[in-house]
Amino acid sequence: MNIVNILEEIEKVDGEIYERLNPRRQAMKDFFNVGKKISLAAMPLALGSMFNKAYGQTTLPTAVVDVLNFALSLEYLEYHYYNHALLGTDVTFTYPGNSRAAITVIRDHEKAHVDLLKGALGASARAEITYAMTDFTAGGAFPVYSSYPTFLAVAQGFEDTGVRAYKGQAGALMVSPGVLQTALQIHSVEARHAAHIRLMRSTPEGGSVAVKPWVSLGAAGQANDSGVPALDLVYAGEDSVMQATISIPPLTGAPTANDGQKKAAVESFDEILVKAKVVEIANIFLRTGFKL
Amino acid sequence: MENLKANQNTSSNETDIFDARLQRRAFLQYAGAGAAVVALVAAGCKKDRPVNTNFGATLDFKDDTGVLNYAYALEQLEAAFYIKVASAPPSGFTPAQKNYFQDVQYHEIAHREFFKKALGTASIGSLEVDFSSIDFTSASSVLGAAKTFEDLGVAAYNGAGARLKTTANLVIAGQIVSVEARHAAWVREQLTPGSFADLNSLTGLGSSNAGGLDGALSPDKVLAAAKPFIKTKINIINL
Repeated sequence: MNIVNILEEIEKVDGEIYERLNPRRQAMKDFFNVGKKISLAAMPLALGSMFNKAYGQTTLPTAVVDVLNFALSLEYLEYHYYNHALLGTDVTFTYPGNSRAAITVIRDHEKAHVDLLKGALGASARAEITYAMTDFTAGGAFPVYSSYPTFLAVAQGFEDTGVRAYKGQAGALMVSPGVLQTALQIHSVEARHAAHIRLMRSTPEGGSVAVKPWVSLGAAGQANDSGVPALDLVYAGEDSVMQATISIPPLTGAPTANDGQKKAAVESFDEILVKAKVVEIANIFLRTGFKL
Repeated sequence: MENLKANQNTSSNETDIFDARLQRRAFLQYAGAGAAVVALVAAGCKKDRPVNTNFGATLDFKDDTGVLNYAYALEQLEAAFYIKVASAPPSGFTPAQKNYFQDVQYHEIAHREFFKKALGTASIGSLEVDFSSIDFTSASSVLGAAKTFEDLGVAAYNGAGARLKTTANLVIAGQIVSVEARHAAWVREQLTPGSFADLNSLTGLGSSNAGGLDGALSPDKVLAAAKPFIKTKINIINL
């Protein structure tokens, strides 16, 4: 728990963080006193509420609130997806090797993100999304809790979508540098998750799927490298080889045969996904009446 | 007048960096530096433009060009490392590790070349690297160095994003940092299964496991950690 470090980092981009927290620094005192009394598990909530004091609704611009609520929706979805996979009584697959531990790590991070975002938003936070509002089988299309490989395939879709979604919203957070940095710190954690889920899929238990930890070019040159056609939406545009106005190929050293140049270019940069497309994907897993 | 002001800033910054470096010894040791070698850079060098490698490169953080050059410096370091590994992988590497180090090599070359082209004449030029502390015949030494570079790279981008003033540049940084995070997760897994996102092990880089947050470090701290691997003197101004 390196909260002092977080505050120092935020102070660099937002020199008034301590003032925002409380001009008399009472909030800091409160926080550290509270920290002594509560368990480590409850810390993210306390951390979030402290950030709320600094960046709460009174100071957060509307656009930032919108982005954080959007992120919160996605984090709720991810959290419930993994949490149910760990605790749900209807889960029939068994976890091979140390996969349960890995999914637990990821679930814990998603929970921490939910708490952090909720705390930062305070009273502006969107209504909670409960597990009952979700349908991760997408109407029975994905047997996510009875097939381990399917569970991992959809997890990959969630994580890669999350990575693209945060990237797509970063620009809207530039007005609040402290919030932007926190969002970036969440973003790269999602990318770590994505890489690991991909690695798990490549194991025999995961289905020996030919995916790399990074997003590559799919079979027959398509943008979707997941091997799951239902995830086309998640990877739309990931096959770009142009960044800003610059073409990534020709790339010195990369093979020219078998799309080698294009593969290397595609893998080198992850792409953003606009909000409307992310909402479309999220809604596949939300029941009628609870869609974004 | 503008120049004069910049020079004054430089000399005061220089003193700060010198002092800070002594205090930061522990941090450098984390990066495998051992005892930190403190080098005084003569203030007179500052008048030279960055491209002059004899006098080092200057990263001026007053605008996006400085931040992009900072990223360019880090990508040069990573690319040079992976090119060296891919050209002669340690005998202990598995076939998958050989393949993926080749992949990562292309990614880092792509990043380096992107910044080189984007910066054009504003680029700091080529840096000289120093990998003498890495045993390129040892799989664990190479994986350990790769882990250091990737985790540090992620923290560097996360810590620099909010300094960017142009949305397009922030988007590019975001597009790259997630690929670096993917590298980091995979490399960590090669060393210690289950460590792909061990945020408790990254607190030195500014992570918070309780918040589910990855590392984020300011450029001066990142460059101090990277210093043992870079021969070219890097001067920081207007941070």
